[in-house]
Amino acid sequence: MAISEPLSAPRAVRRTRSTQVRRQRVRAAWLFLLPMLVALALVAGWPLIRTFYLSFTDASLANTGGAQFIGFENYLLYYEGTWYGLLVDPEWWRSVWNTLFFSVVSVSLETFFGVIVALILNAEFRGRMLVRAAVLIPWAIPTIVSAKMWAWMLNDQFGIINHALMGLGIIDNPLAWTANADLSMWAVIMVDVWKTIPFVALLVLAALQMLPKDCYEAAEVDGINPIKVFFRVTLPLITPALLVAVIFRALDALRVFDVIYVLTSNSTSTMTMSIYARQQLVQFQDVGYGSAASTLLFLIIALVTVAYLYLGRRQLGGDS
Amino acid sequence: MNSRQLIAIAKRAGFWALIGVLMVYAIFPFYYAVITSLKPASQLFRVDYWLNSVDFSNYERVLTQGSFLQAIGNSVLVAVCVVFIALLLGLTAAYALGRVRFRGRNSVLLIVLGVSMFPQVAVLAGLFEVVRVLNIYNSPWALVLSYTIFTLPFTVWVLTTFMRQLPMELEEAAIMDGATPWVTITRVFMPLMWPAMATTGLLAFIAAWNEFLFALTFTLTDSQRTVPVAIALISGGSPHELPWGTIMAASVVVTVPLVVLVMIFQRRIVSGLTAGAVKG
Repeated sequence: MAISEPLSAPRAVRRTRSTQVRRQRVRAAWLFLLPMLVALALVAGWPLIRTFYLSFTDASLANTGGAQFIGFENYLLYYEGTWYGLLVDPEWWRSVWNTLFFSVVSVSLETFFGVIVALILNAEFRGRMLVRAAVLIPWAIPTIVSAKMWAWMLNDQFGIINHALMGLGIIDNPLAWTANADLSMWAVIMVDVWKTIPFVALLVLAALQMLPKDCYEAAEVDGINPIKVFFRVTLPLITPALLVAVIFRALDALRVFDVIYVLTSNSTSTMTMSIYARQQLVQFQDVGYGSAASTLLFLIIALVTVAYLYLGRRQLGGDS
Repeated sequence: MNSRQLIAIAKRAGFWALIGVLMVYAIFPFYYAVITSLKPASQLFRVDYWLNSVDFSNYERVLTQGSFLQAIGNSVLVAVCVVFIALLLGLTAAYALGRVRFRGRNSVLLIVLGVSMFPQVAVLAGLFEVVRVLNIYNSPWALVLSYTIFTLPFTVWVLTTFMRQLPMELEEAAIMDGATPWVTITRVFMPLMWPAMATTGLLAFIAAWNEFLFALTFTLTDSQRTVPVAIALISGGSPHELPWGTIMAASVVVTVPLVVLVMIFQRRIVSGLTAGAVKG
């Protein structure tokens, strides 16, 4: 219709035509977004709301539909002089502590070694592509497989690690890496660090390769110590990429499940929030209580994310 | 030879030693799994650093097991379907988010990013209900559905950043010719998006192939399991007598395709991982 208007007003014609196209495009955009939004609502939005709701009920796995609303009883309940519920369950707090310990230690180690590996891969040497491909292998191996591989290497009787450490005279007796309560957390961290160094290294490497070459040449001409150059020039410049890598890794570490499930199963010394929640949900079939644990896990992760984003933005704002 | 030359040589030697340590650290566990899988049961409990003899009986045992082959079939089915769905929904959504300005676009992007941070356990109870209502409990379709939660946000995010980088003129020409948005996507953008789609598809495939928590929870019988669950549940006569040779052979079987993929598509994977993280 816009096209059939008289030629005396070409501008107006073009404008109505372009707004029409624009409106059509916006409508098409929402239409194209719809399938994705429906899918996300079905697998993420609705299940999350249901989990919140179920945490206030006495639902069991066999019967989630007919669950009774019981308020905060899954979280905290005072009954005949004693407190019950998740918030006073020492095992839950133990798993919270385990999760935080695991996350802080493994993410720190991954970041530290990831940066070192990235610096090595950033140097120019023959066979660099080959080394980079080799470094990617741990990342490509399924977590379950890497956990099994390490479980075999860490086997107390026949494991190669005990064999090697005894051969070198570092230990006298074989260590029960995955069964000993003092060692098992470190065994889990060791496996996780091995598996995720490549991820951090690759992100940092990408940042390193975008750095301007000239300031390094200037530093070399001036004979400045490379270590000083790293801390004064390189590190500040790769901090944004490093922050992204750390938050991705931290979010993954806070919800860790599979590596621990395979290595140490339901042992309390390595039980994390995800393991605890799933055990309540599936093994004990107590959906209400398990949902309460899931809800708290969700809130803790959301809190960490918000705090981290806030701090990160402030720090980045201060730099620029 | 003066001291300066000596220092230079020492530095080079130190650097190559560092690379050697890195290579051994990265490869050794996989190498050791391969060695273990090629040992006959009688030699399993003797620690060897090298391969002395080759014996395929562990592979024979794994590959003649119907349930393991079934698990591989299930894993392939799930991963392929997940990739297809993620790419289809991801591409259309990325067109809307990357090429069209409209109100609410940033909110949608924020939702997508938020979902990618969900801990899987947080939706486990609710998703279990959905799976049961749809009557797909204990079938690969439950996994196809549930894996959308982590593959879709990632795919949308990466494809959107790629879509934004394409020049505006392309689309203007299509609009001038009167092409509908769907034609624009399939005829103009798809051919240009192939590299990005290959990358995200590959990453979605790997993620689906490796997933464990949903696969463990939403399937029950051997015939419906995927490979990670099948491997995790291989057991021997007692908890202390795991058949390590068989486990390692199964591990190698499911890992070799991935390692080959990673070797071939190294560059793509790296660009996909960094596009997802750095540009976000």
